[in-house]
Amino acid sequence: METIEPPVVKTLTKKDFESDQLVRWCPGCGDYAILAAMTNALPQLNILRENFVFVSGIGCAARFPYYVNTYGFHTIHGRGPAFATGIKLANPQLSVWEIQGDGDALAIGGNHFIHALRRNIDINIILFNNEIYGLTKGQYSPTSPTGLVTKSTPYGTIERPFRAADLVIGAQGTFFARTIDTNPKLMTEIFVEAARHKGTSLVEVLQNCVIFNDDAHAAITARENRDDFQLHLKHGQPMLFGKDRKKGIRLNGLKLEVVTIGENGVTESDILVHDAHSEDPTLHLMLARMAPPHYPMALGVIRQVRAKTFDEAVAEEAERVKQVARYNSVDELLNSGETWEIK
Amino acid sequence: MEVEIPGKKKAEEVEKVVIRFAGDSGDGMQLTGSQFSFTSAILGNDLATFPDFPAEIRAPQGTLEGVSGFQVQIGKVDIYTAGDQADVLVAMNPAALKANLPYIRKGGNIIVDGDAFTDRNIEKAGFAANPLSDGTLAGYNVVEAPISSLTKTALEGLQLDNKSIMRSKNMFALGMMYWLYDRSLKETEKYIDSKFRKTPALAEGNKRALHAGYHYAETIEALPARYRVPPARIEPGVYRHISGNTATAWGLMAAAEKTGKKLFLGSYPITPASDILHELSRYKNLGVITLQAEDEIAAVCSAIGAGYAGQIGVTTSSGPGVALKSEAINLAVMAEVPVVIIDVQRGGPSTGLPTKTEQADMNLAVYGRNSESPLIVMAATTPSQCFEAAYMAVKLAIEHMTPVILLSDGYLANGSEPWKFPRVADLPEIRVQHPVKPQNGAFYPYLRDPETLVRPWAIPGTPGLEHRIGGLEKQDVTGNVSYDPKNHEKMVHLRAEKVARVASRLPEQQVIGTGHARMLVVGWGGTYGALFTAVSELQHNGADVDFAHFTYINPLPKNTATLLKRYDKVLVCELNMGQFASLLRSRTNHPNILSFTKVQGQPFLVAELKEAIMQHLNLK
Repeated sequence: METIEPPVVKTLTKKDFESDQLVRWCPGCGDYAILAAMTNALPQLNILRENFVFVSGIGCAARFPYYVNTYGFHTIHGRGPAFATGIKLANPQLSVWEIQGDGDALAIGGNHFIHALRRNIDINIILFNNEIYGLTKGQYSPTSPTGLVTKSTPYGTIERPFRAADLVIGAQGTFFARTIDTNPKLMTEIFVEAARHKGTSLVEVLQNCVIFNDDAHAAITARENRDDFQLHLKHGQPMLFGKDRKKGIRLNGLKLEVVTIGENGVTESDILVHDAHSEDPTLHLMLARMAPPHYPMALGVIRQVRAKTFDEAVAEEAERVKQVARYNSVDELLNSGETWEIK
Repeated sequence: MEVEIPGKKKAEEVEKVVIRFAGDSGDGMQLTGSQFSFTSAILGNDLATFPDFPAEIRAPQGTLEGVSGFQVQIGKVDIYTAGDQADVLVAMNPAALKANLPYIRKGGNIIVDGDAFTDRNIEKAGFAANPLSDGTLAGYNVVEAPISSLTKTALEGLQLDNKSIMRSKNMFALGMMYWLYDRSLKETEKYIDSKFRKTPALAEGNKRALHAGYHYAETIEALPARYRVPPARIEPGVYRHISGNTATAWGLMAAAEKTGKKLFLGSYPITPASDILHELSRYKNLGVITLQAEDEIAAVCSAIGAGYAGQIGVTTSSGPGVALKSEAINLAVMAEVPVVIIDVQRGGPSTGLPTKTEQADMNLAVYGRNSESPLIVMAATTPSQCFEAAYMAVKLAIEHMTPVILLSDGYLANGSEPWKFPRVADLPEIRVQHPVKPQNGAFYPYLRDPETLVRPWAIPGTPGLEHRIGGLEKQDVTGNVSYDPKNHEKMVHLRAEKVARVASRLPEQQVIGTGHARMLVVGWGGTYGALFTAVSELQHNGADVDFAHFTYINPLPKNTATLLKRYDKVLVCELNMGQFASLLRSRTNHPNILSFTKVQGQPFLVAELKEAIMQHLNLK
């Protein structure tokens, strides 16, 4: 089932993936860091440059393909996953990456987003979540927290936000990771993991929009919060965090709770060990839903399970049909069934 | 003319005859009709068929809503339509009689299953009294045959339940028609044997019913005469039956095979286009990939993705779905990516008349996108011509790097006709060129062929050609994003000119007639059969009229304006409010382009066309 990666002729570097286009995001935008992490990750994948395709929809994030020196298709709002699906099925050899913002993926493109995950097509979706519409200049998005004052909600939003992870788990997604634009090393690591995962990989990048929603993720990213509000999950490792890694996550009944080792008789054996490969997504969902102020935010690969990908299923089906097919060419089909000759 | 044929009765020879089979949607009328058609085709008749079925899948039994009909015209002369009015109606119940009576010629034959005319069924059909006895059918020749009870008797002794027995009564009716029109039972027997291979009792039951009907017709006196429709003079060759949707699917597959590419269909179910998806989904062994997408938009986007990645991308839909696809189609216009969009038109606007036919999406196809958005629009003309049309749509999309909208319609989609099918080897070549890295110098994704203005189809996976495309305006040649005003204007003109130049590759528009009549009748798309029949019959009677039927809507064939100029009067006949007439007025400057239109969800009748054309000919 695993496909063999094509051999690499020469070692590619970050430079090989930088396009000649002037990058035009606002100074200080989190997107710059994501781009840098991506061009760091791509050479590590042992994939020929011409086999990469970056697809995007509309929004600030969607300009991303112009800045990566691979094949790129900047399409229409929200529909990136559908284009990516067609591209991957047309040529399964390609490494297809799809860049979306929170509005693109979860508002106008919500349908394509969940169905790509449901089918488990082998593409990598990078969701830039800044909880705001940037390109249209500052309206609330489907991930904006209730109460956020924006151009279109002068009295604060009255809507409840989506959590990307809820949709991924609900759509039976096989890979969900979360990272943050202030941590280039983690981003690069996760992009590599996403690429290596067979199936739809969904990477949520908590990204900062300096202009319209600055410090949206400050509860996690601010220097004073980093240690206490970021939980870096690794498969097989205990869920420890905090400055001296004394804090941990424990399962108490049907709830997660934050505990401190050495307090109230808590020892390291009480701390949950992360199992990203568990088929059952219950704990993955609970971890993904944790947020300040009562919990740290879970980062890293939260869920990664192997299931048949859509492109694999399409190829298998074609083989299966070949075994039983009655017609092997269009001419045979034309001559099939009831025909008659007029002399 | 009367001729002696074996059997008790005289046979009357007729040039052509129209037969309509009608019953509950579960009565098997489509099957009965197609069997009659197939047997007639083997006999050498020319024919055309059209099914008329309800939008509801299984409306309550015995109600008008549940009536399913199938009309076929057979002839010793060339047949181009399923016929205006039926000469014979086979009605399996009162509702079928009521729903179809308006389509029967006065004086025609009506054969009913007398057993089905119970008080309850009569009431369900909305008759005040029994139509067989209250004078409703005065002026028709009515044959009241106890089809249900005779079928039951014929099948006695077989181990079949009552439901299976009653399901065979369509074969009894078919047997009667076979006797009436002097057809052999052989082909249908073969069909029954193959269909019920695994259930011999059912095969035996159906064959018994077929024979019982045949012998019953022979015996009763109620049938006035036997009719004979001799073989037509048909071009020699191997033929098969084909419906428009099947022909469309196969034409796409032929194009894929010819180019050695995969055929990728992204589609969302919609009446009356879904059969193309169904058909293509059967041939995954022949390089077909079908994606039943989550919506119409994903369907077209995935197809564009496949075209971008170097395969043949196609999406199939009907009006409401095509409306949803507009933005994506425009991306393909802007990025110049090949994709074929097939619109099997139905009655609109909105949900409209899903199972009925109309030609009202032409404006949607030509104009229905934001800004200046030129693309190729073409229209299929007959059920079998859908094959060629679909093939050509792929050829043009690939060779000109553009979306192509192919307009079919509900009438073509479900109608069928005999077809002398081609060999794939004889189909026109499709030129496919994928560039590779130039030896020296850079690669430019929007550097155009100087003659056709077509840009290169550089596909992902090609070393050294990595480039970015998208929906933003791009700089001429390099394809880089550009907001330069002069460049934008240049690109708008280039895209328009690229599509306009396709005209030089299209065949010139042909005229049927003398070429110098006073009036030209113009049609396009699926109305070909009715228009051709109407004009030919008028020409035969000496009417001063020519006929031109268009397949290419945008761009128009390059001789269109000069052709129209030869006529004082141009009468455009179409199933909408005059969309093609408007287009021709704006493109040709002809001062006297008139319209004859019909928007009833029904195809043109030959009679109404002849009347309209005559009226226009007599007007000064």
